[in-house]
Amino acid sequence: MTYDATFRVWRGDAAGGDLQTFTVAVNEGEVVLDVIHRLQATQAGDLAVRWNCKAGKCGSCSAEVNGRPRLMCMTRMSTFAETETVTVTPLRTFPVIRDLVTDVSYNYEKAAQIPAFAPRPREADGSHRMQQVDVERSQEFRKCIECWLCQDTCHVIRDHEENKRSFAGPRFLIRLAELDMHPLDERDRRDAAQDEFGLGYCNITKCCSEVCPEGIHLTDNGIIPLKERVVDRRFDPLTWLGSKIGRRPSR
Amino acid sequence: MPAPRRAAIAERTLRTDRWWVQPLVTVVVLVLFIAYSTFRAFQNAYYYAEPYISPFYSPCITTRCEGDSFPEFFTGPVWISPAIYILVLPLGIRLTCYYYRKAYYRSFWLSPPACAVAEPHRRYTGETRFPLIGQNVHRYFLYAALLFNLILFYEAFRGFRDETGEWGHMGLGTLILLVNAVMLFLYSVSCHSCRHIVGGRLNNFSRHPLRYRAWGLVSKLNARHMQYAWVSLLTVALADFYVFLLATGTITDLRFF
Repeated sequence: MTYDATFRVWRGDAAGGDLQTFTVAVNEGEVVLDVIHRLQATQAGDLAVRWNCKAGKCGSCSAEVNGRPRLMCMTRMSTFAETETVTVTPLRTFPVIRDLVTDVSYNYEKAAQIPAFAPRPREADGSHRMQQVDVERSQEFRKCIECWLCQDTCHVIRDHEENKRSFAGPRFLIRLAELDMHPLDERDRRDAAQDEFGLGYCNITKCCSEVCPEGIHLTDNGIIPLKERVVDRRFDPLTWLGSKIGRRPSR
Repeated sequence: MPAPRRAAIAERTLRTDRWWVQPLVTVVVLVLFIAYSTFRAFQNAYYYAEPYISPFYSPCITTRCEGDSFPEFFTGPVWISPAIYILVLPLGIRLTCYYYRKAYYRSFWLSPPACAVAEPHRRYTGETRFPLIGQNVHRYFLYAALLFNLILFYEAFRGFRDETGEWGHMGLGTLILLVNAVMLFLYSVSCHSCRHIVGGRLNNFSRHPLRYRAWGLVSKLNARHMQYAWVSLLTVALADFYVFLLATGTITDLRFF
Protein backbone atom coordinates (compact mmCIF):
# COMPACT_ATOMS: atom_id res chain seq x y z
CA MET A 1 0.00 0.00 0.00
CA THR A 2 1.42 3.35 -1.01
CA TYR A 3 0.53 6.77 0.28
CA ASP A 4 1.91 10.29 0.03
CA ALA A 5 3.58 11.52 3.20
CA THR A 6 4.54 15.04 4.17
CA PHE A 7 8.19 15.34 5.14
CA ARG A 8 9.93 18.38 6.57
CA VAL A 9 13.69 18.03 6.12
CA TRP A 10 16.27 20.49 7.43
CA ARG A 11 18.44 21.72 4.60
CA GLY A 12 21.39 24.02 4.92
CA ASP A 13 24.87 24.27 6.33
CA ALA A 14 26.78 26.03 9.09
CA ALA A 15 25.91 29.39 7.57
CA GLY A 16 22.16 28.77 7.89
CA GLY A 17 19.28 26.68 6.72
CA ASP A 18 15.64 25.83 7.30
CA LEU A 19 13.04 23.11 7.20
CA GLN A 20 11.81 22.40 3.70
CA THR A 21 8.56 20.58 3.05
CA PHE A 22 8.22 17.71 0.57
CA THR A 23 5.42 15.38 -0.42
CA VAL A 24 6.87 11.96 -1.06
CA ALA A 25 5.56 8.44 -1.70
CA VAL A 26 5.83 5.85 1.06
CA ASN A 27 5.49 2.10 0.50
CA GLU A 28 4.47 -0.52 2.99
CA GLY A 29 7.35 -1.76 5.14
CA GLU A 30 9.60 1.22 4.54
CA VAL A 31 11.71 3.09 7.06
CA VAL A 32 12.51 6.80 7.23
CA LEU A 33 15.83 6.27 5.46
CA ASP A 34 14.01 4.72 2.46
CA VAL A 35 11.90 7.85 2.17
CA ILE A 36 14.94 10.13 2.49
CA HIS A 37 16.58 8.14 -0.32
CA ARG A 38 13.44 8.52 -2.45
CA LEU A 39 13.55 12.26 -1.84
CA GLN A 40 17.18 12.27 -2.89
CA ALA A 41 16.38 10.27 -6.03
CA THR A 42 13.33 12.22 -7.13
CA GLN A 43 13.19 15.73 -5.69
CA ALA A 44 16.39 16.76 -3.93
CA GLY A 45 19.35 15.24 -5.73
CA ASP A 46 21.87 17.17 -3.67
CA LEU A 47 20.40 16.22 -0.26
CA ALA A 48 23.31 15.20 1.97
CA VAL A 49 22.71 12.17 4.17
CA ARG A 50 25.18 9.78 5.77
CA TRP A 51 24.27 6.09 5.70
CA ASN A 52 25.79 2.71 5.19
CA CYS A 53 24.40 -0.64 6.37
CA LYS A 54 20.66 0.07 6.55
CA ALA A 55 20.49 -2.60 9.25
CA GLY A 56 21.00 -0.68 12.47
CA LYS A 57 24.57 -1.83 12.87
CA CYS A 58 26.84 0.82 11.42
CA GLY A 59 25.45 3.82 13.30
CA SER A 60 25.81 6.13 10.32
CA CYS A 61 22.26 7.35 9.66
CA SER A 62 21.71 9.02 13.03
CA ALA A 63 19.35 11.98 12.85
CA GLU A 64 16.43 13.44 14.74
CA VAL A 65 13.03 12.25 13.61
CA ASN A 66 10.15 14.31 14.99
CA GLY A 67 12.61 15.73 17.48
CA ARG A 68 13.84 12.39 18.80
CA PRO A 69 17.37 11.10 18.18
CA ARG A 70 16.95 7.96 16.05
CA LEU A 71 18.62 5.80 13.46
CA MET A 72 16.69 6.57 10.28
CA CYS A 73 17.11 3.00 9.09
CA MET A 74 15.46 1.65 12.23
CA THR A 75 12.52 4.05 12.30
CA ARG A 76 9.57 2.41 10.59
CA MET A 77 7.15 4.59 8.71
CA SER A 78 4.35 2.47 10.13
CA THR A 79 4.96 4.15 13.51
CA PHE A 80 3.56 7.39 12.08
CA ALA A 81 0.00 8.12 11.03
CA GLU A 82 -0.34 8.59 7.27
CA THR A 83 -1.50 12.15 7.85
CA GLU A 84 1.36 12.96 10.23
CA THR A 85 4.11 15.29 9.10
CA VAL A 86 7.50 13.70 9.66
CA THR A 87 10.28 16.14 10.53
CA VAL A 88 13.88 15.06 9.98
CA THR A 89 16.77 17.19 11.20
CA PRO A 90 20.49 16.64 11.74
CA LEU A 91 21.89 15.84 15.19
CA ARG A 92 21.64 19.11 17.09
CA THR A 93 24.62 18.65 19.36
CA PHE A 94 27.26 18.63 16.64
CA PRO A 95 28.30 21.17 14.00
CA VAL A 96 26.39 20.70 10.79
CA ILE A 97 28.31 20.07 7.58
CA ARG A 98 25.36 20.02 5.21
CA ASP A 99 21.71 18.99 5.43
CA LEU A 100 21.53 15.85 7.59
CA VAL A 101 25.28 15.34 7.89
CA THR A 102 27.07 16.56 11.00
CA ASP A 103 30.70 16.76 12.05
CA VAL A 104 31.01 14.21 14.86
CA SER A 105 34.78 14.57 15.33
CA TYR A 106 34.23 15.70 18.96
CA ASN A 107 33.53 12.05 19.72
CA TYR A 108 36.72 10.80 18.13
CA GLU A 109 38.75 13.41 19.97
CA LYS A 110 37.27 12.20 23.27
CA ALA A 111 37.83 8.58 22.28
CA ALA A 112 41.52 9.26 21.73
CA GLN A 113 41.84 10.66 25.25
CA ILE A 114 40.56 7.53 27.04
CA PRO A 115 43.46 5.71 28.73
CA ALA A 116 44.01 2.51 26.77
CA PHE A 117 43.42 -1.02 28.02
CA ALA A 118 46.30 -1.96 30.32
CA PRO A 119 46.22 -5.69 31.00
CA ARG A 120 48.22 -7.40 33.73
CA PRO A 121 51.24 -9.46 32.58
CA ARG A 122 50.46 -12.71 30.79
CA GLU A 123 50.58 -15.97 32.71
CA ALA A 124 53.54 -18.35 32.48
CA ASP A 125 52.07 -20.16 29.47
CA GLY A 126 51.62 -16.87 27.67
CA SER A 127 47.86 -16.69 28.02
CA HIS A 128 45.39 -14.32 29.62
CA ARG A 129 42.77 -16.31 31.49
CA MET A 130 39.49 -14.89 32.68
CA GLN A 131 36.07 -16.26 33.50
CA GLN A 132 32.95 -15.41 31.54
CA VAL A 133 31.24 -14.05 34.67
CA ASP A 134 34.09 -11.59 35.04
CA VAL A 135 33.77 -10.08 31.58
CA GLU A 136 30.07 -10.24 30.80
CA ARG A 137 29.33 -6.85 32.36
CA SER A 138 31.88 -5.21 30.08
CA GLN A 139 30.54 -7.10 27.08
CA GLU A 140 27.23 -5.25 27.25
CA PHE A 141 29.09 -2.03 26.45
CA ARG A 142 30.90 -3.68 23.53
CA LYS A 143 27.57 -3.73 21.69
CA CYS A 144 27.95 0.01 21.15
CA ILE A 145 27.82 0.88 17.45
CA GLU A 146 28.97 4.46 18.03
CA CYS A 147 25.96 6.06 16.42
CA TRP A 148 26.41 9.00 18.85
CA LEU A 149 22.70 9.22 19.63
CA CYS A 150 23.51 9.13 23.36
CA GLN A 151 26.02 11.93 22.91
CA ASP A 152 23.47 13.89 20.89
CA THR A 153 20.68 13.62 23.42
CA CYS A 154 22.81 14.29 26.50
CA HIS A 155 21.73 17.73 27.71
CA VAL A 156 25.14 18.37 29.31
CA ILE A 157 26.59 19.11 25.88
CA ARG A 158 23.42 19.44 23.81
CA ASP A 159 22.33 22.52 25.75
CA HIS A 160 25.78 23.69 26.88
CA GLU A 161 28.40 23.80 24.16
CA GLU A 162 30.97 25.03 26.69
CA ASN A 163 30.81 21.70 28.57
CA LYS A 164 32.32 19.83 25.62
CA ARG A 165 35.76 20.75 26.93
CA SER A 166 35.31 18.98 30.25
CA PHE A 167 32.68 16.31 29.58
CA ALA A 168 33.29 13.21 27.50
CA GLY A 169 29.64 12.18 27.15
CA PRO A 170 27.82 8.96 28.03
CA ARG A 171 29.45 6.84 25.33
CA PHE A 172 32.88 7.43 26.79
CA LEU A 173 31.78 7.19 30.39
CA ILE A 174 30.65 3.64 29.64
CA ARG A 175 33.94 3.04 27.87
CA LEU A 176 35.68 4.05 31.09
CA ALA A 177 33.31 1.81 33.08
CA GLU A 178 33.97 -1.07 30.68
CA LEU A 179 37.71 -0.79 31.19
CA ASP A 180 37.49 -0.18 34.93
CA MET A 181 35.36 -3.32 35.36
CA HIS A 182 37.60 -5.45 33.17
CA PRO A 183 39.22 -8.29 35.15
CA LEU A 184 42.55 -7.99 33.33
CA ASP A 185 42.88 -4.23 33.32
CA GLU A 186 45.20 -2.82 35.97
CA ARG A 187 44.82 0.89 35.45
CA ASP A 188 42.71 2.82 37.96
CA ARG A 189 40.49 5.15 35.94
CA ARG A 190 38.38 6.55 38.75
CA ASP A 191 40.19 9.83 39.26
CA ALA A 192 40.38 10.41 35.53
CA ALA A 193 36.67 9.68 35.15
CA GLN A 194 35.84 12.40 37.64
CA ASP A 195 38.51 14.98 36.86
CA GLU A 196 39.23 14.63 33.16
CA PHE A 197 36.07 13.16 31.66
CA GLY A 198 33.45 14.98 33.71
CA LEU A 199 31.57 12.11 35.34
CA GLY A 200 30.19 14.57 37.90
CA TYR A 201 28.38 16.48 35.17
CA CYS A 202 26.06 13.54 34.56
CA ASN A 203 22.85 13.97 36.51
CA ILE A 204 21.62 10.52 35.45
CA THR A 205 18.45 11.63 33.70
CA LYS A 206 18.83 8.52 31.55
CA CYS A 207 18.18 10.01 28.12
CA CYS A 208 21.26 8.16 26.83
CA SER A 209 19.67 4.85 27.80
CA GLU A 210 16.36 5.87 26.23
CA VAL A 211 17.82 6.55 22.80
CA CYS A 212 20.37 3.72 22.56
CA PRO A 213 19.43 1.57 19.53
CA GLU A 214 21.38 -1.35 20.99
CA GLY A 215 19.42 -1.25 24.24
CA ILE A 216 22.54 -0.75 26.34
CA HIS A 217 21.69 0.27 29.90
CA LEU A 218 24.23 3.05 29.89
CA THR A 219 23.10 4.66 33.11
CA ASP A 220 22.15 1.71 35.32
CA ASN A 221 24.96 -0.61 34.27
CA GLY A 222 27.69 1.81 33.30
CA ILE A 223 27.54 5.36 34.57
CA ILE A 224 26.01 4.75 38.01
CA PRO A 225 28.41 1.87 38.80
CA LEU A 226 31.25 4.16 37.71
CA LYS A 227 29.92 6.91 39.97
CA GLU A 228 29.82 4.42 42.84
CA ARG A 229 33.42 3.40 42.12
CA VAL A 230 34.41 7.06 42.25
CA VAL A 231 32.56 7.38 45.57
CA ASP A 232 34.69 4.48 46.86
CA ARG A 233 37.79 6.39 45.91
CA ARG A 234 36.84 10.00 46.61
CA PHE A 235 33.82 10.42 48.84
CA ASP A 236 33.53 7.45 51.20
CA PRO A 237 35.81 7.78 54.23
CA LEU A 238 35.12 4.21 55.39
CA THR A 239 36.13 2.68 52.06
CA TRP A 240 39.17 4.94 51.92
CA LEU A 241 40.17 3.91 55.43
CA GLY A 242 39.57 0.25 54.62
CA SER A 243 41.86 0.49 51.60
CA LYS A 244 44.58 2.11 53.73
CA ILE A 245 44.60 -0.58 56.39
CA GLY A 246 44.28 -3.41 53.89
CA ARG A 247 40.81 -4.52 54.94
CA ARG A 248 39.24 -4.14 51.49
CA PRO A 249 39.47 -7.13 49.17
CA SER A 250 41.18 -6.60 45.85
CA ARG A 251 38.88 -5.65 43.02
CA MET B 1 19.97 30.00 20.03
CA PRO B 2 21.94 27.05 18.66
CA ALA B 3 25.69 27.08 19.30
CA PRO B 4 27.87 28.31 16.41
CA ARG B 5 28.10 25.92 13.43
CA ARG B 6 25.17 23.83 14.62
CA ALA B 7 22.04 23.49 12.49
CA ALA B 8 20.01 26.67 12.88
CA ILE B 9 16.83 25.33 14.44
CA ALA B 10 15.07 27.82 16.67
CA GLU B 11 12.50 25.50 18.22
CA ARG B 12 13.26 24.29 21.74
CA THR B 13 12.17 20.85 20.64
CA LEU B 14 10.58 19.29 17.59
CA ARG B 15 9.08 16.44 19.56
CA THR B 16 5.44 15.89 18.69
CA ASP B 17 4.53 13.50 21.48
CA ARG B 18 3.23 14.58 24.90
CA TRP B 19 6.68 14.67 26.50
CA TRP B 20 5.46 16.98 29.26
CA VAL B 21 3.04 14.44 30.75
CA GLN B 22 5.63 12.42 32.64
CA PRO B 23 7.32 15.37 34.41
CA LEU B 24 3.92 16.85 35.18
CA VAL B 25 2.69 13.63 36.81
CA THR B 26 5.92 13.41 38.80
CA VAL B 27 5.52 16.97 40.08
CA VAL B 28 1.88 16.45 41.04
CA VAL B 29 2.50 13.18 42.91
CA LEU B 30 5.63 14.39 44.69
CA VAL B 31 4.07 17.72 45.70
CA LEU B 32 1.01 15.92 47.06
CA PHE B 33 3.23 13.55 49.02
CA ILE B 34 5.45 16.34 50.37
CA ALA B 35 2.42 18.39 51.43
CA TYR B 36 0.77 15.42 53.13
CA SER B 37 3.91 14.15 54.87
CA THR B 38 4.92 17.64 56.04
CA PHE B 39 1.47 18.21 57.52
CA ARG B 40 1.53 14.85 59.26
CA ALA B 41 5.09 15.23 60.51
CA PHE B 42 4.31 18.57 62.14
CA GLN B 43 0.86 17.59 63.34
CA ASN B 44 2.35 15.72 66.32
CA ALA B 45 -0.90 13.85 66.94
CA TYR B 46 -2.96 10.88 65.75
CA TYR B 47 0.10 8.77 64.89
CA TYR B 48 -0.51 5.94 67.32
CA ALA B 49 -3.50 3.61 67.58
CA GLU B 50 -2.77 0.55 69.66
CA PRO B 51 -1.02 -1.58 68.45
CA TYR B 52 -0.06 0.40 65.34
CA ILE B 53 2.30 3.32 64.90
CA SER B 54 2.54 5.46 61.79
CA PRO B 55 5.74 4.86 59.78
CA PHE B 56 6.30 8.65 59.78
CA TYR B 57 6.85 8.44 63.54
CA SER B 58 8.73 5.17 63.66
CA PRO B 59 11.10 4.82 65.46
CA CYS B 60 9.56 7.16 68.01
CA ILE B 61 12.54 8.00 70.17
CA THR B 62 11.41 10.64 72.66
CA THR B 63 9.60 10.29 75.97
CA ARG B 64 6.79 12.37 74.52
CA CYS B 65 5.82 9.60 72.12
CA GLU B 66 2.43 8.02 72.37
CA GLY B 67 2.47 4.31 73.06
CA ASP B 68 5.52 2.25 74.03
CA SER B 69 6.73 1.23 70.64
CA PHE B 70 10.44 1.96 70.82
CA PRO B 71 13.15 2.78 73.39
CA GLU B 72 12.79 6.44 74.32
CA PHE B 73 16.18 8.08 74.28
CA PHE B 74 15.47 11.66 75.38
CA THR B 75 12.78 14.24 76.12
CA GLY B 76 12.52 16.89 73.46
CA PRO B 77 10.60 20.17 73.60
CA VAL B 78 6.87 19.60 73.56
CA TRP B 79 6.40 21.65 70.40
CA ILE B 80 8.78 19.48 68.36
CA SER B 81 7.07 16.53 66.78
CA PRO B 82 8.92 13.22 67.31
CA ALA B 83 8.78 12.71 63.54
CA ILE B 84 11.11 15.65 62.97
CA TYR B 85 14.04 13.85 64.62
CA ILE B 86 13.95 10.91 62.27
CA LEU B 87 12.47 12.00 58.96
CA VAL B 88 15.75 13.47 57.73
CA LEU B 89 17.03 9.93 57.11
CA PRO B 90 14.18 8.62 54.89
CA LEU B 91 14.15 12.04 53.24
CA GLY B 92 17.89 11.74 52.65
CA ILE B 93 17.74 8.40 50.89
CA ARG B 94 14.96 9.61 48.60
CA LEU B 95 16.70 12.90 47.83
CA THR B 96 20.00 11.25 46.95
CA CYS B 97 18.47 8.17 45.28
CA TYR B 98 19.66 7.65 41.72
CA TYR B 99 16.08 7.18 40.51
CA TYR B 100 14.58 10.17 42.31
CA ARG B 101 17.45 12.31 41.09
CA LYS B 102 16.35 11.56 37.55
CA ALA B 103 12.74 12.27 38.49
CA TYR B 104 13.26 15.62 40.18
CA TYR B 105 16.05 16.89 37.95
CA ARG B 106 13.69 16.40 35.06
CA SER B 107 10.44 17.47 36.65
CA PHE B 108 11.37 20.26 39.06
CA TRP B 109 14.66 21.56 37.74
CA LEU B 110 13.84 20.90 34.06
CA SER B 111 17.38 19.75 33.48
CA PRO B 112 16.25 18.52 31.02
CA PRO B 113 12.42 18.32 31.23
CA ALA B 114 12.51 15.44 28.73
CA CYS B 115 14.99 13.93 26.33
CA ALA B 116 15.85 16.23 23.44
CA VAL B 117 13.90 19.09 24.98
CA ALA B 118 16.14 22.06 25.73
CA GLU B 119 16.59 23.01 29.36
CA PRO B 120 16.06 26.65 30.35
CA HIS B 121 19.32 27.14 32.27
CA ARG B 122 22.22 29.14 30.89
CA ARG B 123 24.91 27.26 32.78
CA TYR B 124 25.13 23.69 33.95
CA THR B 125 27.68 22.12 36.29
CA GLY B 126 25.74 19.00 37.27
CA GLU B 127 26.93 17.24 40.38
CA THR B 128 30.46 18.61 40.27
CA ARG B 129 30.05 21.27 42.97
CA PHE B 130 28.46 21.99 46.31
CA PRO B 131 25.67 21.30 47.11
CA LEU B 132 24.93 18.64 44.48
CA ILE B 133 28.29 16.94 44.93
CA GLY B 134 26.73 15.84 48.23
CA GLN B 135 24.61 13.35 46.27
CA ASN B 136 27.62 11.07 46.63
CA VAL B 137 26.74 10.31 50.25
CA HIS B 138 23.81 8.19 49.09
CA ARG B 139 25.26 4.97 50.50
CA TYR B 140 25.27 6.38 54.04
CA PHE B 141 21.57 7.12 53.79
CA LEU B 142 21.16 3.55 52.52
CA TYR B 143 22.78 2.20 55.68
CA ALA B 144 20.38 4.29 57.77
CA ALA B 145 17.43 3.17 55.64
CA LEU B 146 18.29 -0.49 56.19
CA LEU B 147 18.23 0.15 59.94
CA PHE B 148 14.84 1.82 59.55
CA ASN B 149 13.65 -1.20 57.54
CA LEU B 150 14.44 -3.46 60.48
CA ILE B 151 12.55 -1.17 62.83
CA LEU B 152 9.53 -1.07 60.52
CA PHE B 153 9.47 -4.89 60.40
CA TYR B 154 9.66 -4.86 64.20
CA GLU B 155 6.71 -2.46 64.37
CA ALA B 156 4.74 -4.51 61.84
CA PHE B 157 5.48 -7.62 63.89
CA ARG B 158 4.11 -5.84 66.97
CA GLY B 159 0.92 -5.42 64.98
CA PHE B 160 0.18 -9.08 65.65
CA ARG B 161 -1.40 -7.96 68.92
CA ASP B 162 -4.81 -6.62 69.75
CA GLU B 163 -5.74 -3.31 71.39
CA THR B 164 -4.97 -4.73 74.83
CA GLY B 165 -1.49 -5.85 73.85
CA GLU B 166 -2.28 -9.56 73.70
CA TRP B 167 -0.32 -11.46 71.04
CA GLY B 168 -1.72 -13.80 68.39
CA HIS B 169 -4.04 -11.37 66.63
CA MET B 170 -4.04 -9.69 63.27
CA GLY B 171 -5.93 -6.88 61.65
CA LEU B 172 -5.97 -4.93 58.41
CA GLY B 173 -3.50 -2.54 60.03
CA THR B 174 -1.02 -5.39 60.55
CA LEU B 175 -1.25 -6.25 56.87
CA ILE B 176 -0.82 -2.63 55.81
CA LEU B 177 2.23 -2.12 58.03
CA LEU B 178 3.71 -5.41 56.83
CA VAL B 179 3.23 -4.59 53.14
CA ASN B 180 4.71 -1.16 53.77
CA ALA B 181 7.75 -2.67 55.52
CA VAL B 182 8.26 -5.11 52.64
CA MET B 183 7.98 -2.42 49.97
CA LEU B 184 10.37 -0.08 51.78
CA PHE B 185 12.81 -2.95 52.22
CA LEU B 186 12.62 -3.77 48.51
CA TYR B 187 13.18 -0.10 47.71
CA SER B 188 16.32 -0.11 49.90
CA VAL B 189 17.88 -3.33 48.65
CA SER B 190 17.14 -2.57 45.00
CA CYS B 191 19.16 0.64 45.32
CA HIS B 192 22.12 1.22 43.00
CA SER B 193 24.47 1.77 45.94
CA CYS B 194 23.37 -1.52 47.47
CA ARG B 195 24.09 -3.22 44.13
CA HIS B 196 27.56 -1.75 44.16
CA ILE B 197 28.27 -2.62 47.78
CA VAL B 198 27.15 -6.27 47.60
CA GLY B 199 29.31 -7.03 44.58
CA GLY B 200 29.35 -4.35 41.89
CA ARG B 201 32.69 -2.99 43.05
CA LEU B 202 34.42 -6.29 42.29
CA ASN B 203 36.15 -6.97 38.99
CA ASN B 204 36.61 -10.68 39.54
CA PHE B 205 33.23 -12.22 40.34
CA SER B 206 34.66 -15.69 39.87
CA ARG B 207 36.72 -15.25 43.04
CA HIS B 208 33.66 -14.21 45.06
CA PRO B 209 30.83 -16.59 44.10
CA LEU B 210 28.54 -15.67 47.00
CA ARG B 211 28.86 -11.96 46.36
CA TYR B 212 28.31 -12.62 42.66
CA ARG B 213 25.03 -14.36 43.46
CA ALA B 214 24.02 -11.53 45.77
CA TRP B 215 24.91 -9.01 43.06
CA GLY B 216 22.81 -10.94 40.55
CA LEU B 217 19.84 -10.93 42.92
CA VAL B 218 20.14 -7.23 43.70
CA SER B 219 20.58 -6.52 39.97
CA LYS B 220 17.22 -8.17 39.29
CA LEU B 221 15.60 -6.02 41.97
CA ASN B 222 17.49 -2.99 40.74
CA ALA B 223 15.79 -3.26 37.35
CA ARG B 224 12.54 -2.46 39.21
CA HIS B 225 13.97 0.23 41.47
CA MET B 226 11.71 2.91 39.97
CA GLN B 227 8.59 0.85 40.62
CA TYR B 228 9.65 0.15 44.21
CA ALA B 229 10.39 3.86 44.67
CA TRP B 230 6.84 4.86 43.72
CA VAL B 231 5.00 1.96 45.33
CA SER B 232 6.84 2.38 48.64
CA LEU B 233 6.08 6.11 48.57
CA LEU B 234 2.39 5.31 48.27
CA THR B 235 2.40 2.51 50.85
CA VAL B 236 4.11 4.67 53.46
CA ALA B 237 1.52 7.42 52.97
CA LEU B 238 -1.29 4.86 52.99
CA ALA B 239 0.00 3.22 56.18
CA ASP B 240 0.19 6.61 57.90
CA PHE B 241 -3.30 7.54 56.70
CA TYR B 242 -4.73 4.28 57.99
CA VAL B 243 -3.23 4.88 61.45
CA PHE B 244 -4.54 8.46 61.30
CA LEU B 245 -8.06 7.22 60.60
CA LEU B 246 -7.82 4.74 63.48
CA ALA B 247 -6.34 7.30 65.88
CA THR B 248 -8.99 9.89 65.13
CA GLY B 249 -11.71 7.29 65.59
CA THR B 250 -12.93 7.73 62.04
CA ILE B 251 -12.81 3.98 61.47
CA THR B 252 -12.15 0.91 63.56
CA ASP B 253 -9.55 -1.66 62.65
CA LEU B 254 -10.81 -4.63 60.66
CA ARG B 255 -9.68 -7.58 62.79
CA PHE B 256 -8.95 -10.87 61.01
CA PHE B 257 -8.41 -12.94 64.17
